Amino acid sequence: MTTQTTTPKTAGTPTAGDTSGLIGMPPHIGRALATGGGALTVASTFLAWTWTAEFPGDLTVYGYPGGLQVLVLIAGALTTLFGLASYGVRGLRRLVPAGGDAALKFAALAAFATTWYTMIAISAQLGGLVNLEPGGYIAAAVTLIALLGALALPFERPAPDPFDPEDTGWEQFKHTSSQNWQTIRAAFTSSSPRPVPALPSYAEILIIVGILAVALLVFTYGIGTEYDELFVGFLIVAGLGFTALHRAGLIAQATEITARHQNITVCGAFIAAACFPFTQSDDQYATLGVYILIFATVALGLNIVVGLAGLLDLGYVAFLGVGAYAASMVSGSPSSPFDLHLPFWAAVLVGAAASLVFGVLIGAPTLRLRGDYLAIVTLGFGEIFRITANNLDGTSGPDVTNGSNGISSIPDLDILGFDMGIAHDIGGFTIGRFANYFFLMLLITAVVVLVFRRSGDSRIGRAWVAIREDETAALAMGINGFRVKLIAFAVGASLAGLAGTVQAHVTYTVTPEQYLFAGTTPPNSAFLLAAVVLGGMGTIAGPLIGAALLFLIPNKLQFLDDYQLFAFGLALVLLMRFRPEGLVANRRRKLEFHEEAEAPTTLSKTGA
Amino acid sequence: MTTDTTTKDTTPGTPAPGTTVLDARGVTMRFGGLTAVNGVDLTVNSGEIVGLIGPNGAGKTTFFNCLTGLYIPTEGEVRYKGEVLPAKSFKVTAAGIARTFQNIRLFANMTVLENVLVGRHTRTKEGFWSAVLRGPGFHRAEATSRERAMELLEFVGLADKAEHLARNLPYGEQRKLEIARALASEPGLLLLDEPTAGMNPQETRATEELVFAIRDKGIAVLVIEHDMRFIFNLCDRVAVLVQGEKLVEGDSATVQGDERVVAAYLGEPLDNDPGAAEAAEVEAAEAAQASSAAQADDTTTDTAAGKENDR
Repeated sequence: MTTQTTTPKTAGTPTAGDTSGLIGMPPHIGRALATGGGALTVASTFLAWTWTAEFPGDLTVYGYPGGLQVLVLIAGALTTLFGLASYGVRGLRRLVPAGGDAALKFAALAAFATTWYTMIAISAQLGGLVNLEPGGYIAAAVTLIALLGALALPFERPAPDPFDPEDTGWEQFKHTSSQNWQTIRAAFTSSSPRPVPALPSYAEILIIVGILAVALLVFTYGIGTEYDELFVGFLIVAGLGFTALHRAGLIAQATEITARHQNITVCGAFIAAACFPFTQSDDQYATLGVYILIFATVALGLNIVVGLAGLLDLGYVAFLGVGAYAASMVSGSPSSPFDLHLPFWAAVLVGAAASLVFGVLIGAPTLRLRGDYLAIVTLGFGEIFRITANNLDGTSGPDVTNGSNGISSIPDLDILGFDMGIAHDIGGFTIGRFANYFFLMLLITAVVVLVFRRSGDSRIGRAWVAIREDETAALAMGINGFRVKLIAFAVGASLAGLAGTVQAHVTYTVTPEQYLFAGTTPPNSAFLLAAVVLGGMGTIAGPLIGAALLFLIPNKLQFLDDYQLFAFGLALVLLMRFRPEGLVANRRRKLEFHEEAEAPTTLSKTGA
Repeated sequence: MTTDTTTKDTTPGTPAPGTTVLDARGVTMRFGGLTAVNGVDLTVNSGEIVGLIGPNGAGKTTFFNCLTGLYIPTEGEVRYKGEVLPAKSFKVTAAGIARTFQNIRLFANMTVLENVLVGRHTRTKEGFWSAVLRGPGFHRAEATSRERAMELLEFVGLADKAEHLARNLPYGEQRKLEIARALASEPGLLLLDEPTAGMNPQETRATEELVFAIRDKGIAVLVIEHDMRFIFNLCDRVAVLVQGEKLVEGDSATVQGDERVVAAYLGEPLDNDPGAAEAAEVEAAEAAQASSAAQADDTTTDTAAGKENDR
């Protein structure tokens, strides 16, 4: 108890309403530095950063940016654009409907972080700073200048909260640090954006097309990154760049426009996704694409159970397994106990029906439980499925699943004479085996999206949400809780089974070890749930994005190796701390978690 | 069963006592050794507003829960329009009894309109397949439901807030929304559990008007309330529940004049006339205070309270 009666140390710091920057520098100089720094950053990417091509991406060429330089170029261009826009340059002002300063800060931060990451990576990998060329030093210097300039931009400081003189030193420390944190947060926030001016609908549709094209480009770039450093740089630029666009108010405007044309957006997104195989020259990344789609589709199915009906299911991957096993057994595989080769449409029906039956069998006894107890029981059933599949091998039980060897050499699909196993030439593009399955999987995803959207916005969907919100009140409103929950469970199960039927053919083999509760490779129950929570519960885009990230990050960052799960856990903790509603916020959830934020109280559309 | 006749006798004020909507006979609810509700009989006729009052812990809400299927009565039976009520609360709602809750239980993260649409659940049939396939029947049913829900919101005065989140409504409007949601299930009997709790006088009056309007729609109302003025203004008949048993039942005047009711709320009467006795106590205390003021100051606080003297 050191009763420090010292005068508050905040005496020197500015008071509320003061609008100085984080760094004591006149704002106009800061703005000039940030904008100029951004332009110079662009220029510096055309220089050589290192002398040897040993560092991946070949950063040695003058006049041609390569690898990480391209990412820095993009960040620098964004910085310059936002800088000019914050000057109020005509025509560019449209870029910053919510004010350009916060966006400028994030863009400068993106350029700085990527450049310095590159410098450090070069030095660490090649052994010492000597490996940097003058161009590298210039890039590092100009991005630092741009960042410092951006940080000097004025912002609305939060009112200082005087602390209790009775507090202990530790409490005072906590107080001041939270105060500083608030100030930093304030430095990076922006006002709410202007509403979108009314545009003719063809212009809005063109904007949507543009957005989707950019999204496809970003995704294709991310999936095609060839080495760890490039992927890390991609994550930095994509993350901070997206935040910059968000702070500029562009994301909010884009959301508004897409909300006006929902059907077009959804169809457009599928067309954009279907374009993905055409951007690839070989099957290497289409493989990733199809695995991501399987993972994402199952996550979306889980979102019905968890996001809409609020039933925490920790054994969901079992339904994928049931679908896959069912499809593999009727596929004509030599290790299948049945000598049966059904056409694909029949196999899909069998897979979905098997999962449905399994879902109802598990659901009927367990759905009488609520909350955590349900989670524990579903976790148990997920394991029961795996162990049962392991034991039905002819020695521990009847020979059905071929035990831990699984059902192997599942033949490729042949749909209406179209052999999915071989490459086809379509309009000059070679569409390989995985690309074929990518298209098929996209069709399944479309079905799941359709089911999710339509059922979510209907009597049954409202009943699900009502059960999630308050089960007692929902019962008192005449909702048969058990029945409605069972429907959610069964629908979720059969959608996962649907994905499973394709998965069986893609992977050739179905073994029990593919359907764990937690493992290092998705899909498993823990990752599925994480994809839903990370992406945003109750939304369509959320689980898709969450699944893509959760699949790509462990896949691309090979150096994480043993620390993969650790990094994954850390990321989840941080995300839940700072953005509990997930990456893609259901507008409803956003209100739930950020009540202090100005509440746009009206919702125009239900659900997603 | 024997009390049935007496309850009918005590309804002279009812304008046109229609058919019996709700008929609870000998409802008893025990939780282990505790008897929360003991042999309560209650009837509600159509077009009637019946009040249910009693001190805290008298078993009013437990009785409500027995009527709505949340609890299954240990003994006795509840009939709605002659049919014994099913034991599941969602079936009770489907049968035609809707309720509100003492502590508001809205679907907080749904919009106002969606809340009312959930109330329509029992009156619509569209299932999962209909929602996915979206045939013409689905659109028709959805449109009808929305229309009906908007009418109800209009009725309670929330139509302009249809797209707001329920959690963002002010307290009084949340109560109104709960009533609208209950009405959406097209009930024959509406059970209101403390509809004016926490309201200011204006809001209470507005609620009173609302309940009358609901009665005029031909829906019988059974209401639990602590606000006596509200109850006696509103109800055709009032039943008093004390320690799980029905003490009296009758029109406002009968209940207001009943000594036992006053006793139940204010404590045991002193001698013959509690009012006079109390006044005498106060007078005596004041006199004592005046006389003893010069001698001792600190005794005054002890003698002031009339009840304290009884010990």
